[in-house]
Amino acid sequence: MNTFALTRADDSAQAIATAAKATTAQQGAEIRFIGGGTTLIDLMKLNVEQPKTLIDINRLPLDKIEALPDGGLTIGAVVRNSDLAYHPVVRKSYAVLSEAILSGASAQLRNMATTAGNLLQRTRCMYFRATDMPCNKREPGTGCAAITGANRSLAILGTSEHCIATNPSDMNVAMAALEATIHVRGPKGEQSIPIADFHVLPGNTPQRETVLEPGDLITHVTLPPPAPGSRSLYLKLRDRASYEFALASAAVVVTVANGKLTRARIALGGVGTKPWRSTEAEGELTGQPATQAVFQKAADAALRGAKPQSENGFKIELAKRCLVHALKLATQTA
Amino acid sequence: MSNQDETPERPEADTRFEFAPSTRRTFLSRLGMAGLLATTAPVVTTLGQRPGKAEQGLSAESKDAIPVTLRVNGKKHDLRIDPRTTLLDCLREHLHLTGSKKGCDHGQCGACTVHINGRRVNSCLCFAAMHEGEEITTVEGIGQPENLHAVQAAFVACDAYQCGYCTSGQIMSAVALLKEPCGPEDVDVKELMSGNICRCGAYPNIVAAIQSVRQNVKQQKTG
Repeated sequence: MNTFALTRADDSAQAIATAAKATTAQQGAEIRFIGGGTTLIDLMKLNVEQPKTLIDINRLPLDKIEALPDGGLTIGAVVRNSDLAYHPVVRKSYAVLSEAILSGASAQLRNMATTAGNLLQRTRCMYFRATDMPCNKREPGTGCAAITGANRSLAILGTSEHCIATNPSDMNVAMAALEATIHVRGPKGEQSIPIADFHVLPGNTPQRETVLEPGDLITHVTLPPPAPGSRSLYLKLRDRASYEFALASAAVVVTVANGKLTRARIALGGVGTKPWRSTEAEGELTGQPATQAVFQKAADAALRGAKPQSENGFKIELAKRCLVHALKLATQTA
Repeated sequence: MSNQDETPERPEADTRFEFAPSTRRTFLSRLGMAGLLATTAPVVTTLGQRPGKAEQGLSAESKDAIPVTLRVNGKKHDLRIDPRTTLLDCLREHLHLTGSKKGCDHGQCGACTVHINGRRVNSCLCFAAMHEGEEITTVEGIGQPENLHAVQAAFVACDAYQCGYCTSGQIMSAVALLKEPCGPEDVDVKELMSGNICRCGAYPNIVAAIQSVRQNVKQQKTG
């Protein structure tokens, strides 16, 4: 690991001013905020990230979960994943978020990992993590070793000829289905970014994963009030029963009235280069009866644009079955 | 091929290890010291320098060292450490608390599990300097041979280990689990213990040990 200067931020303005001096907030940033460190320290040990300055943001007053006047919820950037997952309001009104977080990582990592850090969680693509291999995300222009290599766990949606890395987060998938808003404070002031616009597709710049610019500090995330009568659920399919990244997952938030789906929010995990909201699936569900045939049509629509690689074609059918089963479970209990 | 009728050659005596009496632990920690000096050469300014005080650790001070005060098992330690020092390396190499083990060093195996402010974390993924003012607890801080923590006693009673390398991490995880939201069944314990890998596969006995402690706690509460 290369050496770095460690500074502790006592207020946001000072942290932002320091970080604004970096040339990028994306891969290879010279200045990084550090929260739980569960991704960053891991990647620093691998020399994938080599920041010269770390700004410890754990002492900033961004550690609260609070109800909003409109019935929604605000979640501070450094709220730990375990505190978020076990929060009584989250368990009751945003079950999909609690379930998604608890399906990811281990109890120890969830105690460390933060809300903002999980939003910025990096891919587990083995070529990204191995500095002796080509990777356009880590070193733009070197090529993608995954496309011709071991790609069983990698993405089938949102890929490009330059990158097929999967976004590994479970939390992000639930946040996409819940239509979370990411609140960012930076050198140019404050921004509220819908999660659908926060992560960007790899295209020909896979080193850019989010819209964040140097100095941009995620301060909190807000969730809209739960839709009246809605039920939500997270279903994760993986190689092991626990402590494993998703091969496919589905976050569903549905409202059923008189046997019909009046509202549906659908997001998929383990298959996309970003948390994969599927408005196509939502369109097939809304106004339709909650039947297997309708769920199947929605799943077909969600995976219509999927592009399999040499080893991950199975994910298309797996993701469809995952979504169909998640919808079945969510509407059964509705 | 057998070497039975050859007299095994005695290797040249390595005077570095000619300290007596040597327990397994002191022997291993000396091996660790030799390994550390060999592998961290670019950081160490003066190779081979002996520490003046126990808390200065086994390697000489890095030119980037910063002052850090840690509170471990109720005791305050004033240290000067390189900012890259993980909490795990700090505990083992600077404070000589070798109960916490280094397995994968990437937060995947759980052997390094310690508590920070009562919550279990992977100490290999923490920079020590970020944890000033926090209460750090290692396996050395939860019980002693003559006064074991209930979880330690249960691990002994249930034979919840084979080689023992993961055991301190398993125990620290289990102690934390007792205070976490966890369902009553074995499957609930398995889920919350999935961040602690046991290569020997002692899982059934680990779960049995944890469940026996939870059962006793429950009986004491209702009894």
